[in-house]
Amino acid sequence: MTSLFEEVPVSIDNDIPTTRVEVTVNGERRAAEIEPRLLLAHLLRNGFKLTGTHTGCDTTNCGACTVLLDGEPVKSCTVFAVQANGHEVTTVEGLASSEQLHPIQEGFKDEHGLQCGFCTPGMMLSAVALLNENNDPTEDEVRWALSGNLCRCTGYQNIVKAVLWAGAKMRGEQ
Amino acid sequence: MALDEVKIGGLGSSRKRVEDNRFIRGRGNYVDDVVLPGMLYMEILRSPLAHAKIKSIDTSAAYAIPGMRMVMTGEMMAARNLAWMPTLSYDTQAVLATDKVRFQGQEVCAVIADDPYIARDGVEAIVVDYEPLPPIVNPEQAKAPDAPLIRDDKVGQNDNVVFDWEVGDREGTDRAFAEADKISTISMHYPRSHPSPIEPCGSIADYDRSTSKLTVYMTTQAPHIIRAAVSLVAEIPEHMIRIISPDLGGGFGNKVPVYPGYVMSILASILLEKPVKWIEDKTGNLISTGFGRDVYLKGEMALRNDGKILGVRMHTDSDHGAFFSDAQPSKFKIGLMHSAFACYDVPTAHLTAQGVYTNKAPGGVAYRCSFRVTEAMYFQERMVQAAADDLGMDQAEFRRINLVKDDDFPKRTPFGFLTDSGQYEKCLQIGLDAIGYDDFKQQQEEARKRGRLLGIGISTMTEPLGAGNSREYDILGIKMFDSAELRVHMTGKAILRTGAKTQGQGHETTWAQIVAHELGIPAEDIIVEEGDTDTAPFGMGTYASRSTPVAGAAVSMVSRKIRAKARKIAAHLLEVSDEDIEWELGRFYVRGAQDRGVTIQECAMAAYSNVPDGMEPGLENNAYYDPPNLTWPFACYIATVEVDPETGVWDVLRLVAVDDCGVRINPMIVEGQIMGGLTEAYAMANMQFITFDEDGNCVGSNYMDYLLPTAWETPGFELHEVVTPCPHHPIGAKGIGECATVGGPAAFVNAVMNAVSHLGVRNIDMPLLPDRVYEAVQTGNDISGMPPVKTDS
Amino acid sequence: MYPSRFNYEAPTTLDEAIAILSANDDAKVLAGGQSLIPMMKLRFANPATLVDINNIPGLDTHGADADGSYRIGALCRHAHLEKSTTLADHQPLLASCAPLVADPIVRTRGTFVGSVCHADPQGDWASCMVALNGSITAVGPTGSRSIPVKEFVSGPFTTVLAKDEIATEAVIPPATGTRFGSYLKLERRVGDFATAGVAVALDMTGQTVNAAGIGLTGVGAQTVDAADAAAALTGSSLESNVIEHVANLAAEAATPRSDHRGSAAYKKHVVATFVARILENAKRSELQVA
Repeated sequence: MTSLFEEVPVSIDNDIPTTRVEVTVNGERRAAEIEPRLLLAHLLRNGFKLTGTHTGCDTTNCGACTVLLDGEPVKSCTVFAVQANGHEVTTVEGLASSEQLHPIQEGFKDEHGLQCGFCTPGMMLSAVALLNENNDPTEDEVRWALSGNLCRCTGYQNIVKAVLWAGAKMRGEQ
Repeated sequence: MALDEVKIGGLGSSRKRVEDNRFIRGRGNYVDDVVLPGMLYMEILRSPLAHAKIKSIDTSAAYAIPGMRMVMTGEMMAARNLAWMPTLSYDTQAVLATDKVRFQGQEVCAVIADDPYIARDGVEAIVVDYEPLPPIVNPEQAKAPDAPLIRDDKVGQNDNVVFDWEVGDREGTDRAFAEADKISTISMHYPRSHPSPIEPCGSIADYDRSTSKLTVYMTTQAPHIIRAAVSLVAEIPEHMIRIISPDLGGGFGNKVPVYPGYVMSILASILLEKPVKWIEDKTGNLISTGFGRDVYLKGEMALRNDGKILGVRMHTDSDHGAFFSDAQPSKFKIGLMHSAFACYDVPTAHLTAQGVYTNKAPGGVAYRCSFRVTEAMYFQERMVQAAADDLGMDQAEFRRINLVKDDDFPKRTPFGFLTDSGQYEKCLQIGLDAIGYDDFKQQQEEARKRGRLLGIGISTMTEPLGAGNSREYDILGIKMFDSAELRVHMTGKAILRTGAKTQGQGHETTWAQIVAHELGIPAEDIIVEEGDTDTAPFGMGTYASRSTPVAGAAVSMVSRKIRAKARKIAAHLLEVSDEDIEWELGRFYVRGAQDRGVTIQECAMAAYSNVPDGMEPGLENNAYYDPPNLTWPFACYIATVEVDPETGVWDVLRLVAVDDCGVRINPMIVEGQIMGGLTEAYAMANMQFITFDEDGNCVGSNYMDYLLPTAWETPGFELHEVVTPCPHHPIGAKGIGECATVGGPAAFVNAVMNAVSHLGVRNIDMPLLPDRVYEAVQTGNDISGMPPVKTDS
Repeated sequence: MYPSRFNYEAPTTLDEAIAILSANDDAKVLAGGQSLIPMMKLRFANPATLVDINNIPGLDTHGADADGSYRIGALCRHAHLEKSTTLADHQPLLASCAPLVADPIVRTRGTFVGSVCHADPQGDWASCMVALNGSITAVGPTGSRSIPVKEFVSGPFTTVLAKDEIATEAVIPPATGTRFGSYLKLERRVGDFATAGVAVALDMTGQTVNAAGIGLTGVGAQTVDAADAAAALTGSSLESNVIEHVANLAAEAATPRSDHRGSAAYKKHVVATFVARILENAKRSELQVA
């Protein structure tokens, strides 16, 4: 569907090249006209209005911006949006289907794996990447897989429980 | 026929959280998620120098950038009387620097543009000419006789001292020390640390000329305080300001002060007639916003040979940075530092405190500190450890001898607080049993023979939470009550609004549980709102673990007012007199005829359709609660560790936590708060710090240098509970959010010290990074002060 | 947080990429970007042109050649190496280093070769390359050349690559015997740069060391080649006195700065401790294998 009434800039400054990118986000093909320096996190949040992906630092440490790029977790603040051209991105908004939540979302709610919720989308996506590869991880494997995502509220213990809960559900055990 | 309280989500129910539904879907509404039509973006130019005169600012290159809208300078703000603003501690703070910069990272210009990338381009294009001045980076330098004057902007300020304060009994304490068998002395530094919630601070200011109304979305834990402050600073009438604090990505006290960025975004919106969004980056947050701690202690304890503490003397020097900007009760300059030793039966104590200005970011009271109770309890438990060691006594035994006994309440603490209840010894014993204290000590001895260093550390404390009673507590003269407003609709559903502001503590879930407890309305039938000053009743916000004690009490009180009116309606419906009505959860009935009753929902419907003569229709009320006293949760934290003598790396073997926070509204949420607090305690003990080199350059202004533990380093926690209901709180609850952060660090540090004390080491200042522990182990010397920052050139 | 503007090119062949680098003065290669992009966001790096090589096929494989060399292509991500059983079978040192690079999410994107080309004195892989005496294959307009890693770095964040050369793979030479070795890193938390990191590579036949290499992270202006320490291992059977001697030589080779991670003396001590631990462990493993 095209927008019939979006304003466009009065003049295009030809010294500032832009490029069209097409990204499949949560299964849907989407496009934008952007500068190469735009970070993927900002394309998702500001361009595509998917604000579930958060930015929490400026040194690629906190992992709040984690999304799946072709199924693998990346820090979307450290990928240029142009690099996602032609690729698939999964954000937190793509976890639930219209009928039901993803087991990881149920697990986080059931086990009190979140408090302020800011690190949660990134944390869940890292967990989903782990569980997609190994849905029966040990506690150590969970902690290791999540060691690129910082949380200030929970102390991680319930996050680990949430991931193990989700794994059990994915194995059909609850 | 009464409802099952846990089933309807009342007290004691670990009901799942309401707020989770949107967070797990990525549908939270944080400030940076808000988009207003025509919105512009603001970035800040920060000073690279800690102390310097500003000679000139050249913004011409910035203005040449397409998409640039405006550059604000201190001069522009000064022309509108906005270059300086009052702080919450009766000081002033620069909004944008005019004459000079006073800390590295201080705001110098604000750049507003069509998008934040362009705004940052603008920041990079501005040229500022500085003339460096000698920086002051610690209290010693600040107090030196020839020290440069940092606050030469303040009339009457002739030195770098912010305050001198004292409390307690000087003469009585001197006498106790004169009579002591032994005096135990220890000095230490609680390093500068930062709350660093993952979400940084920010605001969207939207001044609408057509309505003269200013709306500001803001990361604030205290929206009503902000409204008052903005009204004062911007000279806009209070009723024409709306502060909206939406979802917050953590607070921990970092989001209480009024920050220059908020004021700048407001002025920019007024000047540009468009909404202006300012979201700081993590560096801006760490380098300029409210940090916590940075206090030096000299502690002394007068002891009898049998282990009894006769008296305590404390002197603190606190580093407040360039402006005294904390939110804390105005009467107590060093916060509630004098809550130290509240759990011990100490006859006399004296505290002197001095605060100084330095060329660093302003702050000190933040980071889950309960108004500096973190410092008080850390100092207390480190002094206790040193004293027990000095006497050659077992740590648990020394505490047992001195802890206040269960039947000693109400009890005046050594510095004059009044504690009302506690079971400190039981709490300690549960901890000792859980950790297997005697077994561990044996293991420790045998391990030492084989060259392995095991250690065990205890921390016991009670702390005052729930500021606070109007006699003693105010911020800028505003009393620290809190409020709740409850409206019950005709079908018995309800909406509750309070003056608190949750940042992850789960108020949307827990306040409904209190209403369920009082009224028998299922918690899921109650929606809870906070944070919008146009609709929320006035409150002083959520920090210092004050919300359950104060706002929670208000929720209880307003529910009781509703119940009192519903009771009259019930009498009317049942055609009996008021005195013949009894209440059970969810229902009124006739005394002696229990099956003749009406539910609370039937009363609600009647409030709109069938009220008794002379009664106003509707079923709503509000309550403003002035707490009679603080609440006194208490805890015992015990850590066991192993230290690698070759590298100084230490691992936590176990952490046992025993907490009493009175009646637990939602046990799941309480445990979540404790675990979060313990992690921050571990972080401070193990790796967090902000330090400055001699030029005032800040180390720790980004996440590469300011270390937060990941899931990999963070230990697991074993939680236990004691329940001693608070005698004055309507539902017997106490605060809990900060207890573990307050009491936790000493458990870890005491454990590591216990592992190495046989080598002669008495103190290692936090953070206990590997190299510091290694140095101590190798030399037997104490390690004091901050990590060094030296570069080879 | 917001980088400066740059021109972006996404060539699909190596020749195309090299041509772009030749034609542009201030161009940088973008592979994983997990070191470069953070620097650009802080505006410590502001290249005028970025040449994204992620769309060039054939650069993402790794494996052993018939002659026993091991090749790692320019687009092999740290995470792929971490999970690879092939790598674990052939290169124990590299397999033990992989999980310690950055953090798990950065590892899905960052590349081995990119890390070596970034020439950060605190880069972990570079120490392994030094220990294994590896080389970098560089391809330019006139063809390819092999650059030994010990000659590859000319200073912090600077390599000898010409402005129009691209590193296409890392090559580990074959061992004569069985490979042992591992990487130890003292980091204050996951994702921190090393306070000190030690890579030890051993090529052993039976209990005798045919050849050895030791590379040190974070304890010098660039990756340290503890050559004397490594030489002292050759011909030994990892006797206790040899281990102690080698550990001390390695510490002497280190030239760390005193900073907020610790004093120079402390870092040297960690080097010695880690060298000894790795060698003790190798001795135990070797005895188990034998």
